[in-house]
Amino acid sequence: MKKILEQSVKYLFTASGFITSFIILLIIFFLFSEGAGLFRNHIIDDGYVVALNKSNPVNTLSANQIKEIFDEDITNWQEAGGEDEPIQVFRLSDLLSIYSEEELGSEYEHAGSKIKETILQNEGIIAFVPKSLLTDTEGIKTMPDQTIPVKDVLAGTEWFPTATPSPLFGILPLLAGTLWVSFFAILIALPFGLCVSIYMSEIASEKVRNVLKPVIELLNGIPSVVYGFFGLIVIVPFLQQLFNLPVGESGLAGSLVLAIMALPTIVTVAEDAMRNCPRSMREASLALGANKWQTIYKVVIPYSISGITSGIVLGIGRAVGETMAVLMVTGNAAVMPTSILEPLRTIPATIAAELGEAPTGEAHYQSLFLLGVILFFITLFINLSVEYISSRKR
Amino acid sequence: MNKLNVLLFCACLWATTATAQRIKGSDTVLPLTQKLAEAYIANHPGASVTVTGGGSGVGLSALNDHTTDIAMSSRSISFGEKMKLKQKKTEVDEIIIAYDALAVIVHPSNPVDKLTREQLEGIFRGKITDWEEVGGNKGKIVVYARETSSGTYEFFKESVLENKNYMSSVLSMPATGAVIQSVKQTKGAIGYVGLAYLNPQVKPIKVAYGNTGYYAPTVENSIEKKYPIVRPLYYYCNSSDREKVEGFIDFILSPAGQQIVRESGYIPVTNNP
Repeated sequence: MKKILEQSVKYLFTASGFITSFIILLIIFFLFSEGAGLFRNHIIDDGYVVALNKSNPVNTLSANQIKEIFDEDITNWQEAGGEDEPIQVFRLSDLLSIYSEEELGSEYEHAGSKIKETILQNEGIIAFVPKSLLTDTEGIKTMPDQTIPVKDVLAGTEWFPTATPSPLFGILPLLAGTLWVSFFAILIALPFGLCVSIYMSEIASEKVRNVLKPVIELLNGIPSVVYGFFGLIVIVPFLQQLFNLPVGESGLAGSLVLAIMALPTIVTVAEDAMRNCPRSMREASLALGANKWQTIYKVVIPYSISGITSGIVLGIGRAVGETMAVLMVTGNAAVMPTSILEPLRTIPATIAAELGEAPTGEAHYQSLFLLGVILFFITLFINLSVEYISSRKR
Repeated sequence: MNKLNVLLFCACLWATTATAQRIKGSDTVLPLTQKLAEAYIANHPGASVTVTGGGSGVGLSALNDHTTDIAMSSRSISFGEKMKLKQKKTEVDEIIIAYDALAVIVHPSNPVDKLTREQLEGIFRGKITDWEEVGGNKGKIVVYARETSSGTYEFFKESVLENKNYMSSVLSMPATGAVIQSVKQTKGAIGYVGLAYLNPQVKPIKVAYGNTGYYAPTVENSIEKKYPIVRPLYYYCNSSDREKVEGFIDFILSPAGQQIVRESGYIPVTNNP
């Protein structure tokens, strides 16, 4: 009877282990398949075409060029590799300002032929219209159906996921923003974290430690949105006054909030590592005539360096993946960061803010999954480094 | 006796499923829908309305999966979403339940109190960067917008920027409350919020489209069609399920429902609520 029970418990554990791993693999597979779907989308919105007059020598336009043309930043075909001719932008809604309701028919059944007429009459036109309305393409040149190039996504510097006719999914500013904020967060958290952990493990009396440790661990239990709120109401206006900035929402505000959030992780792990330094080693050091400070930095820190490093890397991991607090204080401007005092945008904040409203299964939705994949690789790299560092020496 | 109980139970179940309706979607329409649902339930004992947010995209995809009866949306349905519904052979009805005006707001200490559409376009596209250029004091303009996927962002782009894109360095905020908080504490700030959210901590700007003169964002000006930045708020439902939700929608479009719309700071669909 006892044996059967033991066996069944064993199977239960094995099964739960396998099921958990399987589910995790399934989630990762889902993430990757959705993310990769982005590259199967076309640079122009589904169901629409960008059409030119046949006499126009321009054959292909990049997503970026299309955006600049429709933004009227490029106004002459010469700038897009064509002849010296002004560009005339045409959207479906412009149809009503050219033709009257009667001309288009009661159910707009003449819309297709009128669009064609407009394109044929204007040599410098670029039209963005539904595919279904432009069935007859005689004398009209439509842009080739390119899929979104990998290069434009991974090396693109502009994030305009909802731009029409061609959205831009350059992830570089978001990636740079994430790393930039995390780097400064760790730069701030590191010295403080180390000081506190050394103080707690080596200098503080038992009584002080018993008070301090729960307080620092309490920091870990505060929800991140509370940190974000604190950051928005206190840190942001403070930085604005301190540096006399036009705008307080900045990378530095994000870094400060993240540093406070990463502190407990760093302190707890590093302090545990230092406390694990055997008493015999400290006593040997003291017996050789070293004073307390020399013992700390010549014996205790070198002995526990791998534990301290894991604490730091785990802190970085927390900073990289943090969403809510950063979303609230960094200003979320998708620009390449040039200084820490300017607004920037991180990957987790982008996903959190945009996923709710993005149409399911379309390019924008999939691009957010791709961002998830990239975040997955960053944290994977961080976790692997923790494994490597903590297994190095003991 | 037992048989009767079962019958009664079935009847109750049938009655609740017949009038229970699930509404999901845009967070902009959410507070209004909640108020309307409360009033509707008070008038129709036994009816049950469940309202959840999540975003326009969430609501419309839930409509496609049949996990909601009505999708609230602050933007019209996209071409791609329409195609998806067509593939499933479902037709959707579009109902405009109210209009929402967008107010352009600045810091209360800003002397600028009116702008033209062209000036707004210049500011949000990064062509005008100093308040001096539009008649204010010298100082950098800090531009706040909503998230790229929000219906508010899309509508402002359509109406004020004439479909051109915002500059890339615009600060995008996750919620209307965050825009107000940031504009309140930033001297050179400009942003936009729904009329219902306007409060005395920020200053609304008078706007002019063309040569019609400057108009302040108020419910009265919007009803009279003088204030130009006004957008429709939509409900979408499957045409085949229309009967199920007809009662609630009729209530919203009735004078009593439109009175609630007006009291909540939105603009009624009909001119005389």
